[in-house]
Parts: sequence; C-alpha cells; structure tokens
Amino acid sequence: MKDRVSPLLIVVVVAVLALVPLAVEDYGLGLAIGAMGYIALASSWALFSGPTRYISLATVAFFGFGSYTVAVLGDYLPFLLILAIAALIGLFASFVVGFATLRLAGIYFVVFSFGLAEMVRQLLTWYEVNVTGTLGRYIFVDVDGFDIYYMLLAVAVAALAIRWWIDRGRLGLAVRAIGDDEAVARHAGVDVTRVKLALFAMSSVLITLVGAIQAPRWTYVEPSIVFNPTISFLTVIMALLGGASRLWGPVFGAAPLFFLFEWLSGRFPDHYSIILGLLFIGIVFLFPEGVLARIEEFLNRVRAQRTRAAKEVPNERLA
Amino acid sequence: MLLSTLIVGLVLGGTFALMALGLTIQYGVARVMNLAYGELVIGGSFLTYLTIMAFGLDPFSALAIVVPFGYAASYMLYATVMRPLERRSGGSGRLEVDSILVTFGLMFLLQGIYALSFGSGFTGYSWLELPVDILGTKVAASRLIGALLALAVGSALFFAMQKTRWGMAMRAVASRPGFAPLVGIDNERHARAAFATGGALAAAGGVILSMFQPFTPTDGVFVTMKALVIIIMGGVGNLAGAIAAALMLGLIEAGVSAAVDPGLTLAATYAIFLAVLLWRPNGLFNRG
Repeated sequence: MKDRVSPLLIVVVVAVLALVPLAVEDYGLGLAIGAMGYIALASSWALFSGPTRYISLATVAFFGFGSYTVAVLGDYLPFLLILAIAALIGLFASFVVGFATLRLAGIYFVVFSFGLAEMVRQLLTWYEVNVTGTLGRYIFVDVDGFDIYYMLLAVAVAALAIRWWIDRGRLGLAVRAIGDDEAVARHAGVDVTRVKLALFAMSSVLITLVGAIQAPRWTYVEPSIVFNPTISFLTVIMALLGGASRLWGPVFGAAPLFFLFEWLSGRFPDHYSIILGLLFIGIVFLFPEGVLARIEEFLNRVRAQRTRAAKEVPNERLA
Repeated sequence: MLLSTLIVGLVLGGTFALMALGLTIQYGVARVMNLAYGELVIGGSFLTYLTIMAFGLDPFSALAIVVPFGYAASYMLYATVMRPLERRSGGSGRLEVDSILVTFGLMFLLQGIYALSFGSGFTGYSWLELPVDILGTKVAASRLIGALLALAVGSALFFAMQKTRWGMAMRAVASRPGFAPLVGIDNERHARAAFATGGALAAAGGVILSMFQPFTPTDGVFVTMKALVIIIMGGVGNLAGAIAAALMLGLIEAGVSAAVDPGLTLAATYAIFLAVLLWRPNGLFNRG
C-alpha cells in the first residue's frame, strides 16, 4: 500500500510546490528558495545518514565545493555545464572521503566529517589569501530566482525519488540492515562497504548541487560564508526533527524549522544561538525518532482504541 | 630557532594536555562525548575574568573558586541531561548519538549566553607579561606558569587514577562496565563523578588559558576540536597517551607555525588528525 501512496504523494506535493513562485512576491520567493534549499539539503543528507544512522557533519564541505565551483568558473562557462562539473567534483570528493571513512563509525565518523569540513575551509582560506591574493570572489551569473527555485525543487525530488526507489529494493534492505547492526549485516552477506559508498556518493553529489545552484544568490562568496559549519548543524537538526529514517521526515523537519529560524533571527538576533541550542536539546528529548514517528504513534493508538472498542467481544472470547 | 620551536611547542602542548585529560575522562568513564567541552573551558575563562574584576583576585586564587564551580556545574549537567538520556538508551548505541546531539545544543546555548553577557569581542586581562629567558628563548611568564600548572594538575590526576582506590574504581568502570558492579562499584555514581571531574579539569584549563590569552565566546569550538584530536590520537581513555599526543601536537603546531606559515597551523592539526584516524583509528598509543 505504501508503495503506491508515496509516488502519488510526491507528484501532488511537487505540483503544489511548483506553483509557489507564481503566487509570491520577490521577498516570498527569497524565502521559498531558502526553504527549498534546506529541504533539498536535509533530504539529500538523510539519503545516507537516515538509514545508516551515521551522523555526517561534512555537509558544508560538499555544499562549499559546489558554491566555489560556480565562483571560480562562473565567468567562463554556461551555468548548466558548471553544475555538471560541480556534480563531478562532488562525486570525486565523495569517493575519496568515502574510502577514507569506511572504517570509522560512531563518534569517529562524526568528528572526522566535522574536521574534514573545517580543514577544507582553512586550506581554502590560506590558498586564497596567499596564492590568489584575494579572500573573496564575486559571482555574476545570470540565473534568476525562479530558475534557482525550480532547480532546488528538482534536487529535492531527486533525493526523495532515489530514497523511495532504494527503500523498495534489495539495496534498501541492505541499508536498513547496516543501520540496525553493521556486523550482523556483514555476516549476512551484505557488501557493507559498497552500499555505504554508493549512498554516500549519491547524497554528496546532491548536496554539492544544492551549493552550486544557490551560489548565484550570493554575488560575493568567501570560505567563511559557504563553508560555515552552521549549515551542517542546521541540516542535521532539520532532518532529525522530522525523522531521518523516514522518507518524508527531512521535508517535514526542514520547512517549519527554516521559517522558525528566519522569523527568530529577524526578531531576536542576539538570542539566535541560545534558541538554536535549546531547540537541539529539546528535539533530542522530545522527538527521539522525529515528529513523524510521534504522529504515527498517536494515530496508531487512536486506531488501536477504535478497533479494541469494535472487537471487544471476540477479544474476551479469546481470553 | 629549532630550540625555541621546541620550547614553545612544549609549553603549548602542556596546556593542551590538561584540556584533553578532562575530555578523555568524561568519554572514557561516563561514555558521553561532550562536544560542549570547549565551552566549559571558555566558561572557566569568563568566570576567572569575573572573579578578578569583582574581587581583585589573581588568577591563582581564582582557581579556588572556578574549579569547584566547574565540578558542580558538570555534576548538575550529568544528573539533569545526560543521565535521563542514558536511562532511555538502556545501554544501546543510542546514547552516543543522543549525547553528541545534546552537547551540540549545549554548545550553541553556552555560546549564546557568553555572547549576550560579554559581547562577541575579545575579553581578557593582563597578568605577568614579563618575558622569561629559557636557554635563549623568550617565553611570557604567564604562559610558562600556565603550562607548568597544567602539567602539575595533569600528573596529579594521573597518579590519582593509577594509585588510589577512587582511580581504580574509575578504571574498572571505564574498561569493564559490566563487571564493575560485581565487586561493589556503583557505575552511575562513578560516571557522575568522572563527568564532574572532567568539568573541573575543563574549568582549570579555562583559568590557565585566560592567564596568557584573550578569548571570545566562540573559541570553545577550537578547544573542543583540539582536545578531540588529542584524545583520539592518544587512544580514547588513555591518559598517558593523551599527554604524549598533546605534547606532540604542541610541537607540530609550533613547528608548522615557525617553519611553514602561521596561517596553516589549524589545517595542519586537522590533517594530522585525519591521517591518524585513518591509519590507526584506535590511537597511536593503543595496542591492538
């Protein structure tokens, strides 16, 4: 049943989302792009981290690769070609990182992915200051907001569709086995290494694309902007709020949190960090499996109550 | 030039060692990866600043206020935040992920509070800035005293862990949590004590840091990263390994800064860390 509902739901949601830019003004379009960017990031992140339960903080490294590819090539090549190059760079980097991290799990993976992103930022900063002689770069690429929005939507849809397709097949089974217990999965004949690498590569390429697509919105970039670790943290918290182990979890986490942060940062700029911290702590305590799991739990309880009321007599007879 | 690099590196490494010891005892015994550790260190620095400004004390006397405060604050933190998560996880791997996420939140929370109370710029005081001559190399007296103090505290902890009953119980909980209760050791009590001791060490690190360097609310991240690099290099839970790794890292940083480019020290730290993690994920000083 689930298999038939999900694709239909995707089509309906995408159709609605595709109409959003037509209904809003410039400011609204900016907000929609921001929200869609995080929906795409969280969904892409969950492609790997959801089922395997590896918490990756390397998100911003790939995001930054994408943005910098546009910053460097923006003046010379057409935008779509740059996107293709960015995707290739993301793919290459994900294989290097993937091969390097295959032996790491738990806290080691978290720290490695965070350290990696920081190292890239430091190295790039040093390179720009000492070799090219300028810290920032200007991006003058002629891509309007509508196109950016639709491209981000396409990435988000791709992430969801890949996830849905994987969940149905053997790969999905393998991935879930890894998430439950990696050693058991290995003994059951799952090629753990290859599965993890494939998922990580897909997830990273999509994240790179998000960074590249959003780059024209900035006009000016420097390492501290596009390699800002907050992007990694926000992606994690959004996916977890919705429930990273579910197809729709990241979408349901990203959209409300993005608007909440947008609102809060305008209203309480000095308390932003405090609120972010409290949200992180609250989500871990209140929604350990995500909001969607909570809703489902609630619905199940209601349904169970209803069936219990209806079947009271047969149950008694069984007892 | 080689000699001065060596001395600067050892002084730097001595300070790192203290920071890393607190984190490794928290993770080794209490099994909480505390990513807000650096914020506790910086909290110690801010508290030192406050006591100096309010009571006119010197940093040494500030230790007597700040360190017990760090112990108490971490004790409360464990009891109110970490313990419920541990109970919920029921001994599964969930605790690891949950503690990472919760301490992330704590990190932002504390950063926000510091920024709100002290502003986002540099805070600091000046104390004993006169240079001391060691074999022809000039080192600020405050920096040298800080490093010596760090080594004193670190070795005291090391002996307590190796020679006292308290330390033996700690090591039992760290290495065989399943068997420790069989000989009458209360795992939870020791986990709490270990987490609080880690907090006290962090606070001491903060006092020492503030002696020779101004600090900002966001400096904690660098402290956490550096401490993480050190404890993973030294082998998690291995106190002697952490001290050795800290001294090594201090030397490497001083070397890169002197011989290559000061702008690359952080990148060098991460590069070494990543290399160690790939080459020997269990640390340089762990057998097996």
